[in-house]
Amino acid sequence: MRNLLKNRHLSGWLLAAPLSAVLLLFLVLPIVMIVVVSFWGATEFSIYPAFLFDNYAFLFGSPVTYSVFFNTFKYAAITWVFTLGIGFTVAYFLAFHVRTLTWQIALFLLCTIPFWTSNIIRMISWIPFLGRNGLANSTLISWGVIDEPVEWLLFSDFSVILAFVHLYTLFMVVPIFNTMMRIDRSLIEAAYDNGASGLQTLTNVIIPLTKPGIMIGSIFVVTLVMGDFITVRFMSGSQSANVGRLISNDIALLQYPSAAATAVVLLATVLLIIAVLLRFVDIRKEL
Amino acid sequence: MSGKRSRSFYLLAGFFALFLLFLYGPTMTIAILSFQGPDGGLTFPMRGVSTYWFADLFRQQAVGDIWGSFSRSLVLGLMVMVTTVVVSVMGGLAFRKRFAGSSVVFYLVITSLVIPSILVSLGVGLIFSQSGLNVHWSTSGYGSQLTWTLPFGLLIMFAVFNRFDPSYEEAARDQGASNWQTIRHVVLPIIAPSLIGVALFGFTLSYDEFARTLLTSGSYNTLPLEIYGMTTNVTTPVIFALGTLTTLFSFLVIAIFLLTVWLQARRRARQGSDAGKGML
Repeated sequence: MRNLLKNRHLSGWLLAAPLSAVLLLFLVLPIVMIVVVSFWGATEFSIYPAFLFDNYAFLFGSPVTYSVFFNTFKYAAITWVFTLGIGFTVAYFLAFHVRTLTWQIALFLLCTIPFWTSNIIRMISWIPFLGRNGLANSTLISWGVIDEPVEWLLFSDFSVILAFVHLYTLFMVVPIFNTMMRIDRSLIEAAYDNGASGLQTLTNVIIPLTKPGIMIGSIFVVTLVMGDFITVRFMSGSQSANVGRLISNDIALLQYPSAAATAVVLLATVLLIIAVLLRFVDIRKEL
Repeated sequence: MSGKRSRSFYLLAGFFALFLLFLYGPTMTIAILSFQGPDGGLTFPMRGVSTYWFADLFRQQAVGDIWGSFSRSLVLGLMVMVTTVVVSVMGGLAFRKRFAGSSVVFYLVITSLVIPSILVSLGVGLIFSQSGLNVHWSTSGYGSQLTWTLPFGLLIMFAVFNRFDPSYEEAARDQGASNWQTIRHVVLPIIAPSLIGVALFGFTLSYDEFARTLLTSGSYNTLPLEIYGMTTNVTTPVIFALGTLTTLFSFLVIAIFLLTVWLQARRRARQGSDAGKGML
């Protein structure tokens, strides 16, 4: 028994057993189930086992699918640009311009605390801001910028992307800040000593060294936006669609096989993107 | 990089302040609006100031069961928290051994992190319904939430063990400590502050989780599901009052965790090493 436990493969698997069990039961099996059900048939109120390609044929035959996938990529791309820009700037300020560690930790915590609060509440809280009689409109009117309330502030692509940026920028801040804090400060001194300007140091030293953090942040933001359905439904007032909403609509209509087929395509797309991004970064080394 | 602050410092500091306003502004707005008078609506202006809508939360509810869902979310959060800490520590220790097949488990963890939440909901819901089991927040909901909290717990454990100095363990083993004694008296005390972090992630991510619980919680809602239900049929500031209360609760939880970390660090700094004091 003692000798058996000395075997690192066996003791490793024993220690990883609870983790593997959870992942097997609640991740692998559900994925298998979704793939299986995506070939099943459905009536109006029930589903039955079969081996049909109808769900996929319908999915790929419908022009809605392509526009919805396009919309999903659009949200992901625009959100990525904004979260990266804001997240990098915030992390850069924290890592290189705040001088004491105490302040760095305090300000960093201020940025991360909203992550531990409810996303739904944070979405709801935009309503009094963006609504027809909201703060934004009344402020703009009192400044004389506009004469009557702007309608596109709430329940539009604008509010969807605003909410995404609001919810997910900290997924960029945290990994980028983490990578920046590990940059050897003498490299930056060296750049200055060699006559580099602040901007040159940023583009030639800091940005290349921050790439792993940027990649990890991008993985988070892209997957969260691509898999979302609730933000789009809530912030667009059900006027815009993404793939997640397509799935949740099918679920609401009890069309599980059709939902499963869409889910398989979505999962394949997301995993493909992640596989590409992972080629640029070794996550385990960067933590 | 020393001496007088550069102009770019002030520009960046201004940007940072705006970012914080962007992060917290909306939450503060609904906190103010939740004190609307009884005739007030969902936007400004304030029609009087009152605690009417907070009191409304404690009256008999026309729709839903706020306090029942709150207690379910609380219990579920604690269940997920304890499981996340224990399973993440075991997983973290396992990955250090670089056992055969560990990279498969690692990629499963990454998949668990990046998979769209609604897929977990859909898949688990389908398995339960097709095998004739009833979905319930404490079974299917609990397992689905673990697929979201465990990756975070493990990523933290990876970060911790990447910085862990193995010579502490070697010293313990050289003194004759068994494997279990080394973990119990050397490894766990050293990583304890990070475990509080894992617990914080476990509890708060579960307490706020929506998509993975949507199809897996059964007929008894958790609090985020209850709040989401309210957004479609409640048009009074009572929803802001609820939002403010649950956000305050989250802040309280975060404060407790951070305070524990801080107290622990202070105690360590004061006591220094306990070498020579024995294990009792």
